[in-house]
Amino acid sequence: MAYNLKEEVKKRERFTGGHRMCAGCGAPPVVRAVLRSVDADDHIVVGAATGCLEVSTCMYPYTAWRDSFIHSAFENAGATVSGAEAAYKAMKRRGKVKENTKFIAFGGDGGTYDIGLQSLSGAMERGHDMVYVCYDNGAYMNTGIQRSSATPTFADTTTSPAGKVVPGKMQKKKDLTAIIANHNIPYAAQTAPMGNFKDIGEKARKAIYTEGAAFLNVLAPCPRGWRYDTPDLMKIIKLAVDTCVWPLYEVEDGKYTITYTPKEKLPVEDFLKPQGRFAHMFKAGNDWMIEKFQEIVDAEWEKLQKLAD
Amino acid sequence: MRERLSGNEAVAIAMRQIDPDVVAAFPITPSTEVPQYFASFVANGAVNTEFVAVESEHSAMSACIGAQAAGGRTMTATSSAGLALMWEMLYIAASSRLPITLAAVNRALSGPININNDHSDTMGARDSGWIQIYGESNQEAYDNFIQAVCIGEHPAVQLPVMDCYDGFITSHAVENIELLEDEEVKAFVGDYTPEYYLNNKAHPIAVGPLDLPVHYFEHKRLQAEAMRNAKRVILEVAADFEKLTGRKYGFFEEYKMEGAETAIVVLNSTAGTAKTVVDKLREQGVKAGLIKLRVFRPFPAEEIAAALAGVKAVAILDKADGFNAAGGPVFTDVTSAMYGRVDGVPAISYIYGLGGRDVRAGDIEKVYSRLAEIVKTGKIGEVYNYLGVRE
Repeated sequence: MAYNLKEEVKKRERFTGGHRMCAGCGAPPVVRAVLRSVDADDHIVVGAATGCLEVSTCMYPYTAWRDSFIHSAFENAGATVSGAEAAYKAMKRRGKVKENTKFIAFGGDGGTYDIGLQSLSGAMERGHDMVYVCYDNGAYMNTGIQRSSATPTFADTTTSPAGKVVPGKMQKKKDLTAIIANHNIPYAAQTAPMGNFKDIGEKARKAIYTEGAAFLNVLAPCPRGWRYDTPDLMKIIKLAVDTCVWPLYEVEDGKYTITYTPKEKLPVEDFLKPQGRFAHMFKAGNDWMIEKFQEIVDAEWEKLQKLAD
Repeated sequence: MRERLSGNEAVAIAMRQIDPDVVAAFPITPSTEVPQYFASFVANGAVNTEFVAVESEHSAMSACIGAQAAGGRTMTATSSAGLALMWEMLYIAASSRLPITLAAVNRALSGPININNDHSDTMGARDSGWIQIYGESNQEAYDNFIQAVCIGEHPAVQLPVMDCYDGFITSHAVENIELLEDEEVKAFVGDYTPEYYLNNKAHPIAVGPLDLPVHYFEHKRLQAEAMRNAKRVILEVAADFEKLTGRKYGFFEEYKMEGAETAIVVLNSTAGTAKTVVDKLREQGVKAGLIKLRVFRPFPAEEIAAALAGVKAVAILDKADGFNAAGGPVFTDVTSAMYGRVDGVPAISYIYGLGGRDVRAGDIEKVYSRLAEIVKTGKIGEVYNYLGVRE
């Protein structure tokens, strides 16, 4: 059935309100979009790496998750969920469980790009029937906005502060989606909760119902770390995509497809300007930083287009 | 069924007989053979288990946690640095009340790197909330592994269990062993039927919440209570096991402790060497005895104090240093148990066998001679001692 947002939002929410995530945070819409893609009859075991999502949604004795949920530590959501999936396979063979269960792990960029990379790599390579969803907000937001390997160049974080001699983060963002796609898993994609949520909804559906390991890298802005006005969440996401700072694409059995090409590729300033973490780039004499940022984005976009040719 | 097996093979056979839902493991000497043997059982269809060949021990324990929480009976094996890499997850497994079974093949911890046997790995994990059972021989490693499943899964316990045995000495040496029939093992451990588990669609659960000051303390208190309950359950399971096999197990084995004036307390394979020394001394008319500690966590404080009440001097042997300037970990626990219960019995600590240093009968004789000297002179002398080290 073709994707239809009106039908999608009629589904029973599997991730309930009342959790303690910030207003204007990108993670809850990501979670809801992903979980909406699971058939109503299927059970879910959700795993989460330590992080904002985990501490704000499962605080004893409350849980925002209607399905089963497990958190064990920061760096091991991949391994933890892979274990649950292995148990499911064995239990199903023995007739101890009858229902279909889907296994979905959520981790922030800290728990995924950095401390959890090994565990994720192992789980993907072993081919567990699971989906790992990274909600990428580009820094360790839960501990107070420290830089991660997903932090964009020049971003001002508490461990890559924009100072008098160092202008924010000096390194490029790691290309995690490509790293995971190169595990030769059947499905990897980069997406964002945008517009009618069709892109994320369809990709989540494919990821969940493709047998084997699948990975979604999802842009999830953080109002505290990015310093934008909370009602602007959706605008910021759209700007990230229309500037090609966060291109939307998928890799199916090694084949790259760009799923959204902006009608008019906007200049990176449009994405940078509304965010406090890039404010220093707009000070007099710092034009070179904006130019450099544009160069990085253009090069990555060009590389992606070649892959998708 | 009589066989000749190495300790690792015996434990792998116990795993096959139990046929768990999940085994997740990463190779490390000297425990590597356990997942190797098990992988061959999987490859040949001898078990129904999902074998997860993880990329590290941290992921091994993480996968075990996920699997056991999901409702599967789960097992693993490791040694030394592998156990150290699991550290964070050992605590989480225990506090999440997940009865995972782990074959802990004792090996020295780095550094410097050393592949041989001592107990620094499991001694470091002694307060992680895991039950720890130590075994002298291949037979005991096998028997303890089977009992571990029943102990950990008992509703009053629900804690993970380590089956600890000496690397190479027990893990690789081939000895005679009495195996149970497959059906007997299956019947003894029964089905794993947890009340709550992730893979239950009818009753979804949440595992591993953020637990703030309002509730955390109560949860830790319950965890501690489970460890206290384990004492009773360990004895119940041992009694059932004795009915099945005729082999008797308790918190510790008392060897020639009747009328003993001097005694040593020791774990694992060294007990075998020490028993020959006790036999020899007894023949010479020396009233020597031995306590081989089997259950280190929960610690049988009252029972061990009572067992030592009649002796005139005791030496506690540790195959791991304490690095606390006070003595080895078994020594400090045993003497703490004696305090207020059997005051006045001289007790000394011996650190021995680190990094696989051989322990010979002559070394053990020296300890008994020293104890005899203490009894004779009434002078304790140095409390914190080393055995078999070049000074």
